[in-house]
Formats: sequence, C-alpha cells, structure tokens
Amino acid sequence: MSPDTLKAMSAALAAGETTAVALTEQALAKAEAARDLNAFLHLNPENALAAARAADTRRKAGTATALTGIPLAVKDIFCSEGDPTTAASKMLANWRAPYDATAVARLKAAGAVLIGKLNLDEFAMGASGENSAFGPTLNPWDRTRVPGGSSSGSAAAVAASIVPGTLGTDTGGSIRQPAAFCGLTGLKPTYGRVSRWGMIAFASSLDQGGALAWTAEDVAELFSLIGGHDPKDSTSAQGTVADAATLLAEPVAGLTLGVPESFFEAVDGALQGPLADAKRQFQALGVRLKALELPFAGDAVPAYYVLAPAEASTNLSRYDGVRFGHRCENPADLNDLYRRSRGEGFGPEVKRRILTGTYALSVGYYDAYYRQAQRVRRCIFDSFTTAFQAVDALFLPTTPTTAFRLGEKRDDPIALYEEDRFTIPANLAGLPALSLPVGFSQGLPVGGQLLAPHFREGRILSLAHAFQQATDYHQQRPSEQGATP
Amino acid sequence: MNWDVVIGLEVHAQLQTQSKLFSSAPNAAGETPNETASAVELGLPGTLPVLNREALRLALRFGAAIDAELARETVFARKNYFYPDLPKGYQISQLDAPIVGRGQLTVVMPDGTSRAIAITRAHLEEDAGKSIHDAYAGSTAIDLNRAGTPLLEIVSEPELHSAGEAVAYLRELHGLVRTLGICDGNMNEGSLRCDANVSLKPAGSSTLGTRTEIKNLNSFRFLERAITYEIARQQAVLEGGGQVVQETRLYDPDRDETRPMRSKEEAEDYRYFPDPDLLPLRLTEADHAEARATLPELPAAKRARYEETFGLSAGDARLLAADRATAAYFEAALAAGAPAKAAANWLTGEIAAYLNRESISLEAFPLAPEALAGLIARVEDGTLSSKLAKTVFERMLERGEAADLIIERDGLKQVSDTGALDALVQKVIAENPDQVAQYRAGKGKVLGFFVGQLMKASGGKANPQQLNSLLKAALGEPGEA
Repeated sequence: MSPDTLKAMSAALAAGETTAVALTEQALAKAEAARDLNAFLHLNPENALAAARAADTRRKAGTATALTGIPLAVKDIFCSEGDPTTAASKMLANWRAPYDATAVARLKAAGAVLIGKLNLDEFAMGASGENSAFGPTLNPWDRTRVPGGSSSGSAAAVAASIVPGTLGTDTGGSIRQPAAFCGLTGLKPTYGRVSRWGMIAFASSLDQGGALAWTAEDVAELFSLIGGHDPKDSTSAQGTVADAATLLAEPVAGLTLGVPESFFEAVDGALQGPLADAKRQFQALGVRLKALELPFAGDAVPAYYVLAPAEASTNLSRYDGVRFGHRCENPADLNDLYRRSRGEGFGPEVKRRILTGTYALSVGYYDAYYRQAQRVRRCIFDSFTTAFQAVDALFLPTTPTTAFRLGEKRDDPIALYEEDRFTIPANLAGLPALSLPVGFSQGLPVGGQLLAPHFREGRILSLAHAFQQATDYHQQRPSEQGATP
Repeated sequence: MNWDVVIGLEVHAQLQTQSKLFSSAPNAAGETPNETASAVELGLPGTLPVLNREALRLALRFGAAIDAELARETVFARKNYFYPDLPKGYQISQLDAPIVGRGQLTVVMPDGTSRAIAITRAHLEEDAGKSIHDAYAGSTAIDLNRAGTPLLEIVSEPELHSAGEAVAYLRELHGLVRTLGICDGNMNEGSLRCDANVSLKPAGSSTLGTRTEIKNLNSFRFLERAITYEIARQQAVLEGGGQVVQETRLYDPDRDETRPMRSKEEAEDYRYFPDPDLLPLRLTEADHAEARATLPELPAAKRARYEETFGLSAGDARLLAADRATAAYFEAALAAGAPAKAAANWLTGEIAAYLNRESISLEAFPLAPEALAGLIARVEDGTLSSKLAKTVFERMLERGEAADLIIERDGLKQVSDTGALDALVQKVIAENPDQVAQYRAGKGKVLGFFVGQLMKASGGKANPQQLNSLLKAALGEPGEA
C-alpha cells in the first residue's frame, strides 16, 4: 500500500522517492474513484497540479517544508481565493471567495497542495454530514453509515486515504466526532489559536479551526503551521505555536489524567470495552488516573443550543440576497426579496437554528435564555478550572455511540444534538481537545477524547502520540469497499 | 395652559480617522460608489472586524473634554436589523459599557447665560451605507462608501427647554468636536447629524410627557424649525384633548413640518448582544491620562481668555473661539502684531462676509494671518483710512500681494499732509461761494457737501479727521458771520 500519512509522504518526498506531482495525481485519482463518498464538493486539478509543480521546484531549490508538495484539502467553510466556497449551502452555491482564510494562506505558503473543498453540514450545523445542500457524505468504513459532522468530508477524505490530512472546524464537536466515527485523530485547538479570518462564521465565540489526520504526529504538523496569532482576528490569541516535534515531546509518564466516570457510564455498551482498554493503556504509559466529576457538564447541551444558534442567527443575517449569494427570482418588494432568498437559500436545520437563536435574543426572552446560558457557560468554564487544579488533562469518550446509519437520526434533531454532549463542554470552555482512535466495535472505530488546560495542545498531542506508539488502532484502514463486516 | 418643553439630543459625529472603524479601508467619501468599501464593509463571508485604535483615542479625547467618566472596560454589541444598506444585517454599536460615561457641556444659552448640560453617554458605532432611491427607475442602488465610518453617538440628558437652547447646545458641541479635531462638523455632508427627542409636560409637573423622536436633522436651522413645529404640534394635540403618540418622526424642510416615520408598536427589536467577534476592551489609566493630556484649550476656556485678556465682547469671543481654525487664525494675527480688537473686527466682519460670499471655510481663505496683520498695521499708523483699508483688502485677495506693496504701487496712502489738504480746502471754498454763504448763514449741514467735494478731489485718500478740522478752521462755526 502506498504511504497515506503526511509523515510518510513527506519522507518519501525528501528521499526523492516520489514527487509532489505524482502524489497529487494519485490524490486526484483516488478522489475521482471515491466520488460515491461525496467527500468533495469541488476538486481543482488544474490549480493543484500547478501547485504541485511549484512544490517540486521548491524542493529542488532546498526551501521545502514538511508540508511542501503534500496533497491536502480543506472543509468548504474556509475561504480560498478564486475557488467556490459554499459552506455546503445553496445560499453560497455560486459564491467565490476573493481571499484566502488565514489557515489556507499558511498552508499555501508552506507549499501544501490543496486539491479541493470538502463537504460538510450546511454552515457547519449538524453532527452527521446529512445537512449538506449537496447531499450526505458516506463513511468509508461503512457506506451505509454517516461519517459524523459537521466536518464530514474532512474525515471521509482522510479515512478513504485520498489525502493524508484535512482542515475542519469545530463549534460543538465538528472535528472530534467525525474523527471518532472515521478512526482518525482530530484536534480542536484552544479557542483563539487558529485565526477565524476567512472561516465562514457559525457561532463566533465557539468556532475553532483544526486538523484531522491518521496520527497525532500529522495533526501536530498541521496545527503547528496553521496556529498562531493573526492580527485580522480580534479574538486571535497572542503568541506562536511550537513546532510539531516540540508539541509531541512533552513527557507523559507521571501525568495525571482526570476520568469523569459519569461520562463513561453514559456511552453505548459497545464502546465500554475499548474505552476501558484505553484507560489501562494510559496507565501502562505511566499516566495516573484520577476519578472526578465535572459539575454542570449535563447542562452543556442546552446552554450550547441557546448560545450557538443565538450567534448564528445574527452571523447569517448577511445572507439577504442583496449583495452576494442566492437571490430569489423577481422579488416583488424588499420583504419578498429577504423572505424568499433566505427561504430558498437555507436548509431546514439552518432555519431551525436561526429561529431558535432569534427567539433567544428577543426582548423578554434574552434574560431567560441567552443570559442564563452565558451563566451556565461560566459555571462549566469554572468547573474545568477546578478540575485542572487536580489533574493535568482529562480523558472522556468522544461520542455516545459509533457511527450511526444514514437517516437514522435525521428526523430527530434533539437526538442528534445529544450526539455532541461529550464534545460541547470543551467548546464552551474554549479548551483544546483531541479525539483519537482507541479501538473498534463491530468493525467501526471508537474514539476517545483528551482535554487539556488552555494553550496546552502539546500535552494532549503528546499523550495521543505516546498512546499511538503503543497501539495500532490508527494504522487500521477500511476495506476498499467499506462494506459492513 | 402653560407647558414645559423637554428636549434631549442624540448627536452622531463622524470621526476623522484615516481608516474605517473596523477595517483598514480608507475613511473617505470616495469618488465612485462602493470604492472605499472593503470586504469587511461588504460583509463578505469569513470577514472579521478589527477595531481602529485611532477612533478609540478620539472618543476618549471627547470624553476627557466633557469631563466624563471614561470606561475601564468597554463592550461592542450587535444591533440587529435588516436593511439593504446595512451589509451584515447588524450594526456594531455599544449598549452596556459605552466608551464615554456621564459628562457635561457648558452652553451659552440664547439669553446670554451659561448652563451646564449633562451628557448621558457617548459610544462608538459604525455608520451604515446609503440607499439611493432615485437614480434608477424601479430599483434602489446601494453605496457602501459610508459603511463602516466611525461614529461617536453623543446622548444628552433631556435638559434643554426650547428650540433656541437645543440649537445653542448643538452649536457648542459642534465647536467642541471641531476644536478637538475629531470631526469636521460639515452638517450638510452629514458629518454631524442630530436626532431630537421632544416632549411637553404641564408647567411645573415632575412627570415627563410622551416624547417623539425627530430623526436626522442636518442643520442648525432645520433643528430649530423641526423642534418649533413639533412643540406647536404637540401643544395642539394636548390642548385638543388628545394624546401624543410615542413615535419616530421625520422633518420635511420643504413643507416645514414633521411627519410620522414609525410608531413604537412597529418599533424593531434590535436583539442587542455582545459582539463575539470583538472581546471586551480594557482601558488603562494611561489611556485615560493620554486622552486628557492631548486636550487642546477648549472653547469655553478660550472664550473666557479672549474676553478677559483682550477685552473682546462676549459675542466676538464666542465667534472666534467657536472652532479651532478661527481661533488659530486670530491668535496668529495677534502674534504678527495685530491688536486684538482690530483682528476680531476683521474676522467677524470683512473676512466672514468674504467666506460667506465665496462659500469657503477659513482653512481655504487665501490671506495668511500675517498678511492681515500687515494690513491692520497700516490702519493703526494712519496710512490707511478704514475705507481705504477695505479697498486694499479687496486688492490683496485679487492679487495675493502684501498690503504695503499695494499701497505703494496703487498710491492708496491716506493724505495727511496739512499743507496739501489746506490748499485743497481753499480751492473748494473759492469754487463754491454759494455754499459758503449758506453755511455762514447757519446751514451747518452744508459741511457735508464740502467733505464730499474734498474726498472726491483727493481721490478718496484724504484723512477725514484732518479734513474736518481744516474745514472748520477755514469756515468757522456755522452762522457766526
């Protein structure tokens, strides 16, 4: 099998065993062959091959980075200059971004080859990938199942070995849950680490860009590059991010990992075994486990589903049919233009959240919903602060179940919202969190989640890296057919 | 029935920054529509606001000038509403924690007394674009050049009690923002605009009446007329047994009346909430101190100094201290040797008339203060009469030459030579025996005839005082002979 990790490709390029053009042609061919997955919304072979040729030239000139010539792809919520950027919405079906997101610009500057834009739940709202206006993405491990969401294409494209790494965004678990469903490592950095400039907003105080790949090593490489201060984003944290080697080098023996037992009791029986094995594996690495509880964690989902829709309801006001995006035919007057452009352009889940959010911010409801949810958010933040006085990091399940079947939860939004219950707390507190593969249940990947104090991405990357040195879950690949065993 | 009028003003001042409030796009009108609207002003997906620090400094300077509480932490909020010239579907403004808290402004009222008017708050917000309804048949055009222009919204307490007081307050504020150099004050271009809240209550009552808000008044005259109309309208409603409806009204200058725009029932719910793209901004004592340290002399202090030091009238002092350019010109003329009273007279007289006639500002006035001082010096030393000085002034403006050069070349020196003047007097007396006879018969008014003849004969250059005494000496007192 040809190398499908970033590290292996980078080594092959450095050794002169392959070229960026060869890797890019291979990635494009795989993407074509796996069209049924619907992982990509847009492929750009011409630009990709031009970038690959430039990367090969740069390598000869001796100025290559670890990412020069590596084919990658980004969730179609990151703006990339001249390309369609749709957020998987009919609203932006014909919109082309006139600029690069900061994360995209940094990938390009490092010489990475961006082959296309990846499918997602419309405006990143969803946990299954089924809310895309351009059709659902399938899970390469089992094509009758969802890959998770909202970074559905970002997970599927790596799991199908099309590209070795992708960028996603995570507002309530949208990197970690698909990573878990697809057997990948996915990092949501500390809020503010990765610039939001050029990342189409869903919920500004929660949105955070990050990376998905097979291994912690590859995720560290991508995070190290895209992270760091950006003056174009007022919420961007000061300071730079260490290089990948430094991020992965934190000693893990002697660390204390907090384990909130109530989270583990709440998962499906099929996940209990792999998660218990994972705890033992951490102990074998010299990590101490400490049982603890996180007060208010049970209130995270309701608080999130007030705050995120509230912010979304106003972030999405700009899609009004006036300047760009979908505009209805022959509007009768201004209100008709607004009503029909938005009615036609947005899908049902987006409308549901705009309505919920508008309600939560309205006079007479603001205190009961928005303000109350902010208080809950503060309590959750404080409970993490308290927890991190006793432990160095936390270990939790990523999801309550393994990947569910397409259509299984489509008509039950509340059930789908509950999918996020283990991932949302980290977003509300702004903490870095990572999902890594910890085993399989009935042929489907099981994910475990690591959380650290703010700006301590290195600690959870190092823990995940050490775990992966001792296990081979991250080396498993779906069969070519992705059939259920 | 007697009524007390209660007025509060909300003034929007466009801040004179290089770039817009939340992007690096130029803060300029632009020659073509949408020229100065960047991706941020267009509200394109993925764009984010970054606060312009200069706007923050200008707002703090204003706060320091009205002796206000300056924020230690200030928060930007989204004000949500749909309108085609509001690109994001929300305006970034401030609700809780404005940058400038309570302060006060001392205003010279129409009766000449001074009174401190409380200012509730002043906050930063972005301006919207413009909808152009009449350029294309059946369509509305949008120009977003103005979108994102930094505005300081200055809200007064309802402590004004007549249209005249409201105008006096706005004039004071206008002079203040110009003196501070934070706003150019061009009301007809919308750089400074004003909403007026007006209500009536029975004289002496402590309960406020229902108010109406008159939007977007862009001149002192419109402010005065709109309020005058609105007071009369509300009075008629109340005295007719009706009730004032709380609503927003627009003033129509063509018909000189206010008309309802929208009522409170239709009022929008703006769903204000803290903007998650902009973190709460913490200001230090050093930020506050810098704002206070950069304050220029304020109009009220300048007025007092002009009255006390230069003995100017209250009216002249007010005019000269009203804005930075006028005060700077006045003081530069003084520095070049002009006496204060003379310089004041020129500025409030001939120069003001010229600027008015040419529709230009003092910044564009062609004569330097030193040139004015040079002209005044020739009046002071008797070279020019005040009448001749006006002629020289006109020629200085025409030719851009110094007073002395024009006096010399055009021979405009006042004739003060007694011998020359006396010869002229003798000549005119000899040529007009009838008038001499009338004068001597007691018709004193005939003296005016002789002065006229003599000025004519001298080409207007005769020193009038000297002429009078010479004439009287030659003719004696009327009716004596």
